[in-house]
Amino acid sequence: MPPTASSPAGRHIDPLFLALPLRRLAAAALDRARQLGVEHADFRLERVRSASWRLRDAKPAGSSDTLQLGFAVRVLLDGAWGFAAGVDLTEQAAAQVAEQAVAVARLSARISRAAGGGDRVELADEPVHQDATWISAYEINPFDVPDAEKTGLLADWSSRLLAADGVSHVDADLLTVQENKFYADTAGTMTTQQRIRLHPSLEAVAVDDRTGTFESMRTLAPPAGRGWEYLNGTGWDWAAELARLPEYLAEKVKAPSVQPGLYDLVIDPTNLWLTIHESIGHATELDRALGYEAAYAGTSFATFDQLGTLRYGSPLLQVTGDRTAEHGLATIGYDDEGVATQSWDLIRDGVLTGYQLDRRMAKSKDLGRSNGCAFADSPGHVPVQRMANVSLRPAADGPDTAGLWAGVENGLYLVGDRSWSIDMQRYNFQFTAQRAYAIKNGQLAGQVKDFAYQASTTEFWGSMTAVGGPQTYLLAGAFNCGKAQPGQVAAVSHGCPSALFEQVRILNTQQEAAH
Amino acid sequence: MAGQQNSPHELVERALELSRADGCVVLVDEETTANLRWAAADGRPGSALTTNGVTRGRRLTVISTVHGAEGTACGVLAREAVTTADLADLVRAAEAAARAAGPAEDAGPLLGPEAAPAAATGFTEPPAETSIDVFTDFAPQLGTAFARARAAGQALYGFARHELTSSYLGSSTGLRLRHDQPTGTVELNAKAGAASAWTGAATRDFADVDVAGLQSALDERLGWGKRRIDLPAGRYETLLPPSALADLMISLSWSMNARDAVEGRTVFSRPGGGTRLGERLARLPLTLRSDPAAPGLQSAPFVLARSSTDEHSVFDNGLPVGATEWIRNGELAELQTTRHSAALTGLPVRPAGDNLVLELADQSAAPSLAEMVARTERGLLLTCLWYIREVDPATLLLTGLTRDGVYLVEDGQVVGEVNNFRFNESPVDLLGRITEAGRTERCLPREWSDWFSRAAMPPVRVADFNMSSVSQAS
Repeated sequence: MPPTASSPAGRHIDPLFLALPLRRLAAAALDRARQLGVEHADFRLERVRSASWRLRDAKPAGSSDTLQLGFAVRVLLDGAWGFAAGVDLTEQAAAQVAEQAVAVARLSARISRAAGGGDRVELADEPVHQDATWISAYEINPFDVPDAEKTGLLADWSSRLLAADGVSHVDADLLTVQENKFYADTAGTMTTQQRIRLHPSLEAVAVDDRTGTFESMRTLAPPAGRGWEYLNGTGWDWAAELARLPEYLAEKVKAPSVQPGLYDLVIDPTNLWLTIHESIGHATELDRALGYEAAYAGTSFATFDQLGTLRYGSPLLQVTGDRTAEHGLATIGYDDEGVATQSWDLIRDGVLTGYQLDRRMAKSKDLGRSNGCAFADSPGHVPVQRMANVSLRPAADGPDTAGLWAGVENGLYLVGDRSWSIDMQRYNFQFTAQRAYAIKNGQLAGQVKDFAYQASTTEFWGSMTAVGGPQTYLLAGAFNCGKAQPGQVAAVSHGCPSALFEQVRILNTQQEAAH
Repeated sequence: MAGQQNSPHELVERALELSRADGCVVLVDEETTANLRWAAADGRPGSALTTNGVTRGRRLTVISTVHGAEGTACGVLAREAVTTADLADLVRAAEAAARAAGPAEDAGPLLGPEAAPAAATGFTEPPAETSIDVFTDFAPQLGTAFARARAAGQALYGFARHELTSSYLGSSTGLRLRHDQPTGTVELNAKAGAASAWTGAATRDFADVDVAGLQSALDERLGWGKRRIDLPAGRYETLLPPSALADLMISLSWSMNARDAVEGRTVFSRPGGGTRLGERLARLPLTLRSDPAAPGLQSAPFVLARSSTDEHSVFDNGLPVGATEWIRNGELAELQTTRHSAALTGLPVRPAGDNLVLELADQSAAPSLAEMVARTERGLLLTCLWYIREVDPATLLLTGLTRDGVYLVEDGQVVGEVNNFRFNESPVDLLGRITEAGRTERCLPREWSDWFSRAAMPPVRVADFNMSSVSQAS
C-alpha cells in the first residue's frame, strides 16, 4: 500500500489549529485573571480529533469521527485552585471563563478556611519556555489517509483470518487520535504541540457449536505513537502476526486446562508491560502516594517516607520514567503546566528512587523541579499528575527469550495481555494473557488454557531472577488508562524485555468459577 | 471557529437543511458540569478542596446516510464548539465519510415522527444548565464535614459532580426529540488509623444529599474498624450491599447482547446453539429491569446513538426505549437488541436501558441490610467492590477486590473489620446462590459510576462468595 500523505520532513502543526485565535484568547483570559489578583493562571486551548472504525466479520459495524475543541483556564488564588472551561472561542468568553475559574478558587479557599485547613497550593519553579513548538514522531498522519483505505485494510485482514479453519468470527478495531495543544501562562511560557497515536486490533473467535465452548485470541501489536506507516509494516510485522493467529487459536481451543500451583514464569513484553503499568507505573505516582486519589483510583504502598529505602524488587529491577521516548504514547515536549519533559529513574537496583510529579507535588515535597507529568485529556478537564512512559530496562548482555526458557524446568511462558486487576494500594494483582505455553525442561511444550497469575507487587518483582537483553525489548502500552475525578483517560507506553520470575501462583480460572 | 452561537434546535434544523444525503440525523448535546473534589494531604485529619471546576460543552453529531447498489452506508462526524458557520463543512464531511464507507451492516430506514414517544417535548426550548450554584447548600455542609473530620482525627476524601445534558435530536424523516438528563453523584471516604470507610449517593439535583447523614454512616463503620480480624482466603457467606451488587449487575447487563449470545460467544449462549432465554438463573424470584420512567432514575425514553456499537445503532435514533424486564422472577427473559440484531436473531427489539433495578416483587416483606445482619450467624459484610474485570467471557467470571470496609458478622453483630480480599466470581452464577434479598434502594455503583450511575438494588445474602486471595491494601 503506497504512502498517501506526508513524510517526516513534511511534519507540521496542523494549520487549522494554528488558525484558531490561540494567542488572543490566551491574552484575554490571562489578563482578566491578573486583574482579579491571581497568583498564577494558565490557559490551554485544545483540539483533539479521535476517530474509530469497527468491523464485525469484515463488515463495517460502526465508525465515528469526533473533534473536541475548547479551552480551559486554571487559576491559583488564595492558595487554592480554580478551574473553568468553555467552548465559545471569543475573547469575551475567555475572560468570562477566567472569572468563573476565579470564583471557583474563591469558593474553594473559603471552604478550606472555614474548616480550618492551612494547606496552600504552591508551584515548583520552571524556566520560561517562550513560544516553543513540538511535534511527535510519525510519517503519515492517519487523518490524511482516506477512510476507505482504512476500512479496506481492516476488511482485508479480517477476511484473511476468517478464511482460516476454525475461525468463526473476527472483530477489528482501529482508533486514531490527533492531539493539538496550545498552552500559555502568566509566567510567560507559551507552547504549541501536536501528537499522533493509533491503535489497531483484531480478535479472532473460535466457536464450537457442538459443545457450546468458545475461545478468542487478539493481535499483540501495541498501540503506538506512530502514524499510518505502522499499519504498513513500520514497527510491527502485521503479515506475520495475522498469518500465525489462526494456528495459535486452534492450539488454544485444544489446549489442556492448567494445573494450578507455583510456576516459574517467563513473561513476554507483550504481557509484562501491563504488570509494570499497574504495579509500578501507578504506584510511583506521587499524587497517589500523598492521598489525592484516595477516594477513587487509590493510594500507593510506595509511600513517600520510603523514598530511597523501599526494596521494590530484585537488584535486577531498573525502571525509568520517561516522557521523551520516541513513539511513546505519553511522550510530549512540554506538559500541561508548561514543564519541559524529562527522563529519570524511578527504581534503581530494585530500590525506589523517584516519583512522577507535577509542579504542586514537586514543591510540596521539596523535590526541586517537576518532571513534567501534568496532563489533561481534554479542554474540559483539569490537568492532573498522569503517568510517564514507565519502562523496565533490559540487561545489556541479557539472553533472548529462548535463553530465559532454557533455565526453566517446569514453568509457563505468557504472551499478550488480556484481563487485569490490582488493588487500590497496588499490592495484590491478577492478570491473564492471550496465550500461555508450558515450559518443560527448558523447552516450550504446547499451550495450556484457563490460567491467571496472582501475586503481590514486591514479592513478584523480588522473584525476578533474569532479565532479557535488548533484543527482547518492546515498547507496548495502553490507549485509555483511567484516573481522576471527573474521570480522564491517558495513553501511555511501557517498554520492557522478557523476564523470568520464580514460583508465581497460577490459578485455574475454571476452578475459580466453580463452586 | 468563532461565530454566532445559535440555539441547539436551530443548529439541528440548519444542519438538516444543508444535508444533501439520502438521510440525515443530527444530535446536539449541550452539557454543563460542576464538580468539587477534596482530599487530605498526607493523610492528615480534615480535608481541603483540590481540583474543582465548571465546564460547558456543545457537541454536534451528524449522521449522513447514502443509499448504494450494495446497501446503505453512513458517515458519523461529531464536532464540539460548533456554530452555524461550521455547519456546511461538517455536513459535507459526514456525507463524504458515508460515501467512502462500505454498506453499514446495521442499516435500516430512519424513524419518522410516528415512532416518537409522547413524553419528548420542548424541542425549541433552551438547554437546561447547571453551575457551581448547584452546590449552594451542599458546600457549607461539606465545610462542616471537613471540620468534623478534623475534630475526630479522620482524613476525609471525596468528590461531588453534577452534570446536565440537554440532547436535541432531529432527522430528515421528521423526528424532533429532546431529553434533559441530570446526573449527580457524591462520594465520601473517611480514614482513621488502618480503617477506611466509603459511602456514596446518586442524585438528580443535590437537594436530597444529606452530608451529615452520610458522615454518620462512615463514623459507624470506622467504629467497627477499631477491631481488626485477619481471615484467610476462602468461600464465605457474604452480605453484599446495594452498591456492590449494582456493580456486578451492571457487568452482567453489559454482557446481554443478543447477537453475541446467538453467535455462541457469551455466558448467555446455549451449548449446541441458541440462547439461554427462559432459563432460570436465580433461585429467588428476582427481577432485573430497566425503565426510563423509574422514579429518581429517569433516563432517555428513546435511543440517542452517537455511533453504532454492539448495543446501539445510529439507524435506531429516536426509537422508543420502554420498560424491559431482562430477568423476570429469576428467569432470563430478554436480551439486548437493535432493530438490526433483532432481525438477525429473530428476537424482539429491546434497546439497552440507562438504568437498572433489581428487586423482589414483594418489597414490603423485604428486610433491610441491618435486619439481614441481625440474622446472620457468621458471614462477611462488604462495603463495595473495585477494579472489576472480566476473566472469562464463557462463564462471565469477574475478578476484583473488596475495598473500604469488609466486616465480620457473628451471631447477628458486626464484630470487627477484616482484611481485604480479591474475589473471582461470576454475577450469573452468583444469582443462583442468592439466598436472601432485602429491600431495594437507590444506590451509587462505585466501580462503574463514571458510565452508569442510575441503579436501585437490594442488599443480598450470597452463599460461598469466592474470596480468592487476601489483599494487603487498607
